[in-house]
Amino acid sequence: MREVMTKSMARNIFYGGSLFFIIIFLGLSAQSHLYIRNVSTNEATLTDSVKKGKRIWEEKACINCHTLMGEGAYFAPELVNVMTRWGIDPEDHTGAMESLKAWMDAMPTGIEGRRQMPQFNLSDEEYQNLADFLLWADTIDAQDWPPNDAG
Amino acid sequence: MKYESQKIALAYMGVALGLFLIQVVMGLVIGWIYVSPNFLSELLPFNIGRMLHTNALVVWLITGFFGAAYFLVPEEAEREIHSVKLAYLQLIIMVVGTLGAVITYTFNLFEGNILLGKEGREFLEQPLWVKAGIVVAALMFLYNVTMTVLKGRKTAITNILLLGLWGLALLFLFAFYNPSNLALDKQYWWYVVHLWVEGVWELIMASILAYLMLKLTGVDREVVEKWLYVIVAAALFSGILGTGHHYYWIGTPAYWQWIGSIFSSLEIIPFFAMMAFAFVMVWKGRRDHPNKAALLWSLGCATLAFFGAGVWGFLHTLHGVNYYTHGTQITAAHGHLAFFGAYVSLNLAIMSYAMPIMRGRDPYNQVLNMASFWLMAGGMTFMTFTLTFAGTVQTHMQRVLGDGFMDVQEQLWVFYVMRFGSGVAVVLGAALFIYALAMPRREVIAAGAPAE
Repeated sequence: MREVMTKSMARNIFYGGSLFFIIIFLGLSAQSHLYIRNVSTNEATLTDSVKKGKRIWEEKACINCHTLMGEGAYFAPELVNVMTRWGIDPEDHTGAMESLKAWMDAMPTGIEGRRQMPQFNLSDEEYQNLADFLLWADTIDAQDWPPNDAG
Repeated sequence: MKYESQKIALAYMGVALGLFLIQVVMGLVIGWIYVSPNFLSELLPFNIGRMLHTNALVVWLITGFFGAAYFLVPEEAEREIHSVKLAYLQLIIMVVGTLGAVITYTFNLFEGNILLGKEGREFLEQPLWVKAGIVVAALMFLYNVTMTVLKGRKTAITNILLLGLWGLALLFLFAFYNPSNLALDKQYWWYVVHLWVEGVWELIMASILAYLMLKLTGVDREVVEKWLYVIVAAALFSGILGTGHHYYWIGTPAYWQWIGSIFSSLEIIPFFAMMAFAFVMVWKGRRDHPNKAALLWSLGCATLAFFGAGVWGFLHTLHGVNYYTHGTQITAAHGHLAFFGAYVSLNLAIMSYAMPIMRGRDPYNQVLNMASFWLMAGGMTFMTFTLTFAGTVQTHMQRVLGDGFMDVQEQLWVFYVMRFGSGVAVVLGAALFIYALAMPRREVIAAGAPAE
C-alpha cells in the first residue's frame, strides 16, 4: 500500500470525503424534514390531545416493552396500527378511548405464564390523550409498513 | 506507565466494570422474564429492567472510552493530562448522574416532572438534569483532553479519537430536541443513535484498536496510521448515508430505501478492514508481546464486530428484507452481537492491556482473562444464533402469515430458554473477567519452558 497511497493522501481523502457525505446527508435531511411536515404526516390533526398522549407514552416508558413503527423493545405487540387491529374507525375517538381503557384497566392479568403489563392508573382524560396519539400515529404514511394487521 | 496522570484511567475503568456487571445481571433478569413472565412483574416490570440494561450498557461503554482516552492520550501526546483534578471531577459528575438515573428508573420517582422525571424515548430515558450533567461532563472531558493534545505531540490516533469524541458529544445535543410530531422525533432520534454507533463510535473504536496494534505488534506507526485513515474514511463514507436504513418506515421519503440499502450494505467494509488490519498487523509484527489476553481481545473484537455489526447488519439491511424483519428478534440478534463485538470487546481489550500496567501487575494474569473471553464470546455467539432463529420463525409467522404477536411469541419460548442459558455464560464470563483483572497476584498457570 506504501506505493499506492501516502498517509497524507489517506488523511485528505478521509476529511474531504467525510465533509462531502455530511453535506449530502444534511441536504437530504432537510428535504425529509419538509416531507414529513407537509406530505407524510398531517399536522392539522396533531392536536393538543395527541401531544399530551405522546408525553404519556414517554412518561410510562411504553417503548421499553412495545415497538412503535417497529422501534422499541420486542417484548410486547407493535402499537402503531393497534387501532386498525382492533377495528376502530380512524374518526372514532370515543371508541378508541373506550377500547384502550377497557384493555389497560384489566392489566395486569396476573395469569400464570402470560406476559404482564403494569397498571398505570390513567384518568379518563389521559386515556383519551393516549388513544388520540395512537390514532394519529396510525395516520403517518410509512410506505405501507407494517405488512399486515398483526404489526 | 510513563506518565503519572495515566492512572486516572484506573478509576474510569473501575466504574465502567461495575456498570458492566449491573448491565449483564439486568440482562439476565429480563432474559428470565421472557422465560417466566410473572417473575418480578409487580416489583420490576420488564420496561424498567430493560432501561437499566440498555442505559447501563451505553454509560459504561462511554466511561470506558473516556478511560481509554485518559490512558492513551498522555503517551501519544507525550505529556501529562492538562488537569487531573478536572478529570476526577468529571467522573464524579458521571457517577452521580448514573446513580440518579438508576434510582429514578427503579423507584419511578418524579414521574411527569420535566426536570427530574424520566423522559421515555428509547435509550434517551435519562431525566433532563442527568442529560445536562452528561453534557457538562463531556465538555470537561473534551476541554481537558483537547488541551493536552494541543500542547503535545499530535498523532493520527489522537486526531481520530478526539474527532470521534467531539462528534459523540455534539450529536448528543439532539437528545434535547423532542418534536411532538412522532415522525420528526424519530428522524432526529436516529441522529443520536445511528450516528453514534455506526458513525463516530467507529472512529473511537478504530483509533483505540490502532493504538493497541501499535503497542502489541510493534508495527511501524506510519503503516498503522495510514490504515487508520483508510478505515475511518470507509466508516464515515458508508455510515453517514447508511442512516437511511432507519428511514424506511417512519414517514420519511421513499428514496431512503435505495440510499439506505446501498450505503448500509457498504458498512460491512470498514468492519472487514478492521479485521484484516488487526490480523495483518499481528502477522507482520515482529514483537512477541507477553500480554496475550489483550491480543486475544483485540483480535476477538475485530472479528466479532465484523460478524455482529457487519454480517448480521447486512442480513436485514436491504429494504426488501427489512420490510418483513423490522422490529423482530432479528434486530435483537444483530444488536447483541454488534455491541458485544465492536464496543464491549474493545473496552475489555484496552482494559486487559492497561489495567495490569497501571496496577504494576505484569507479567499478566492472563489465563483466567482468556477463559473469560471464550465464555463471553461463546455465550454471545450462541445467544445471537438463538435470537436469529427466533427472529426467522417470528418473521415468517407474524409478518408473512399474519399470526398474532402473542401467539407467535409462545412458539418462540424454547429459543428464549436457550438464550437465557447463553446469558448465564456471559454473566459468569463477565464476573471472571473482573476477578482476573482485580484479584490474582500471580499467574494461575506457571509459564513453562517453550516447547521445542
